[in-house]
Amino acid sequence: MLRRTLLATAAAASMALTGAAMADGHEKTKACFVYVGPIGDGGWTYQHHQGALAVQEEFGDKVEIAYQESVPEGADAERVLTQMALSGCNIIFTTSFGYMDATNAVAAKFPDIKFEHATGYKREHPNVSTYDARFYEGRAVVGHIAGRMTKTNKIGYIASFPIPEVIQGINSYFHHAKKANPDVELVVTWVYTWFDPAKEADAARAMIDQGVDVITAHTDSTAPLAEAAKEGGKVIGFGQASDMAGFMTNDDGTPGPRVASIIDNWNPYYIKRVKAVMDGTWEQGASWAGMPEGEVVIGEMTDVIPADVQAEVNEMIAAITAGTYHPFTGPINKQDGSAWLADGEVADDGTLAGMKFYIEGITGDIPQ
Amino acid sequence: MVRLEKRPSPSKTWTYLTPIVAVVATMIAGGLMFAALGKDPVEAIRIIFWDPLFHEQFASFSRPQLLVKAAPLILIAIGLSLGFRAGIWNIGAEGQYIMGAIVGAGIGLAFYPLDSFLVFPLMVISGAIGGFLWAMIPGLLRVYFRTNEILVSLLLVYVAEFILASMSLGLLRNPEGAGFPGSRNLKSYPAGHNAELIAGTGMHWGVVAAFIAVIFAYILLARHMLGFQIKLAGQAPRAARFGGVNPDRLILFCLGISGALAGLAGLFEVSGPSGQISIDFNVGYGFTAIIVAFLGRLHPIGILLAGLLMALTYIGGELASLMLGIPAAAIQAFQGMLLFFLLAVDVLTNYRIRFGKAEVA
Repeated sequence: MLRRTLLATAAAASMALTGAAMADGHEKTKACFVYVGPIGDGGWTYQHHQGALAVQEEFGDKVEIAYQESVPEGADAERVLTQMALSGCNIIFTTSFGYMDATNAVAAKFPDIKFEHATGYKREHPNVSTYDARFYEGRAVVGHIAGRMTKTNKIGYIASFPIPEVIQGINSYFHHAKKANPDVELVVTWVYTWFDPAKEADAARAMIDQGVDVITAHTDSTAPLAEAAKEGGKVIGFGQASDMAGFMTNDDGTPGPRVASIIDNWNPYYIKRVKAVMDGTWEQGASWAGMPEGEVVIGEMTDVIPADVQAEVNEMIAAITAGTYHPFTGPINKQDGSAWLADGEVADDGTLAGMKFYIEGITGDIPQ
Repeated sequence: MVRLEKRPSPSKTWTYLTPIVAVVATMIAGGLMFAALGKDPVEAIRIIFWDPLFHEQFASFSRPQLLVKAAPLILIAIGLSLGFRAGIWNIGAEGQYIMGAIVGAGIGLAFYPLDSFLVFPLMVISGAIGGFLWAMIPGLLRVYFRTNEILVSLLLVYVAEFILASMSLGLLRNPEGAGFPGSRNLKSYPAGHNAELIAGTGMHWGVVAAFIAVIFAYILLARHMLGFQIKLAGQAPRAARFGGVNPDRLILFCLGISGALAGLAGLFEVSGPSGQISIDFNVGYGFTAIIVAFLGRLHPIGILLAGLLMALTYIGGELASLMLGIPAAAIQAFQGMLLFFLLAVDVLTNYRIRFGKAEVA
């Protein structure tokens, strides 16, 4: 109990200090970010850090930004979060699924500090919100491109962990590839990591050796694109989480492997939530935004994609953005052939958030 | 001309001085690196080495955390040091750590939600057995087939990682966790929770076990026949064989004890600070412990101090990265420098520096 009291006192003292100082308008609001990878990963963490920088740019010297990179998802996360809380952060964004229990545990000890946990589902205390993006909307778009572009009819997906978010992505990618090309076959490789360039490259290499010529990744680094680049234009891929525009053109000027990208744009959400803390209007919530809100963005398509395919893609983006098309619209069956969505039926958020099954046509099993 | 001359016997002074020189050299070189990154080097070094202990805002939290972070390092390093002294190289403590956690937590969760004071002791024993058995694989392969225990133990780390992933997704997955990977959190299962013994001190059973292991290893090496055999086998393998040391038994003993201690460390971590079996459960304690063992001169008391110092650089490094925005990679480089300088300065234990031309013998 002593530790808890000590912490609570420290927290109360620091809050009292900031509170008093904020009242006379001199103290800054401190927004803190915990990252699972390095900010230079060129993907997931890079994009969250862009969000942090956007907050700084928006509010200037009214906010102070602090962050910590490469924090392991486990016991260390709880310590890092506690130290952040003690250092006077007013709002803390924890940007990976594995921080879920640590976020809630620390939030319990610091009721005056707001916590925002990305991609999780536990909100055990009133000061914890969760936020996520509808990445499967982006997967639908690149799935369509994959279906239209593959010559070997084999497309690949480097999957991180068998959690619903990833399974949504796999299903959405395959569903739209299949709609564009009924002969398409999907190869899924599980790497059990969010960020490990060597493992990601190995997975890409293994797929290429099996004849896969379109690769998408659900991991954070640019390694799969670097591997695809070695195939001299025969294998294409997509920027993941970030634009990865560096892979649009090879060093020798030939078109690079990156033909489009799914960009996670956290900037609007981060600015909105930090502003709410500054105004004292922050409330617990569970945000799940996508293309309509500008949180999921498709990066520039290169000329490797033929004009007619680009036109189809733009049409799909417009429909999803306008809310007239949902990527999971029936008829869709589950892998075992049983019916999931009837003709015209749209998946509800609850089913998607807990998705544990492949749709019909995907071979292999979800690891158990 | 500068040259190195081998000392007739290792210098006692330098044996004790090298860790201190290495830490000072790390501070200087690390300071230069921080300065090159545009950060105030003095402030960075102060945050790393001073603030976790004495900062008015953080210290009350981070001081107990030092014990939490150091305990698994010390526990594993003590086990490794016995083998290292005898020339038996267990590089796979990370895998034994994982297996100890899986077996121990698995046994505990098998009894969920039974509320009995027997559950935790049973978990502790199972954790030690899990690590022990995993270490027996390289041990028995070495004894019966003369395989290299360095390679086998190291490669088994990756096998253990896959088993860990499979356990978090399958057998041990929390049935009430909405299908997400990861076991039940042992923190919410009091009978299986390795809670703080005295609140606010960071002192949990793993810390106690680490202290006991230090004392046990000290007595073993200083007073026991087996300790003498370990030292003899490392320093003079031929003499050891003539002296009646059974090398195969020594291999199994050293690998077994280091495996069991690594398994214990894993169990105390999974039932305490970490709370659950998850895909990312292991964070490299098994590898860092190798640095700790050498930094501590393979001596039990040295390892105790080295473990605390390593924990200090972890926690101080986190603070420095939070407060000054120092990249995580720079902190890792800083920790790497510590081992680098230690090995470099170590030369002075066995050699002395001579200026001038070599004499003709």
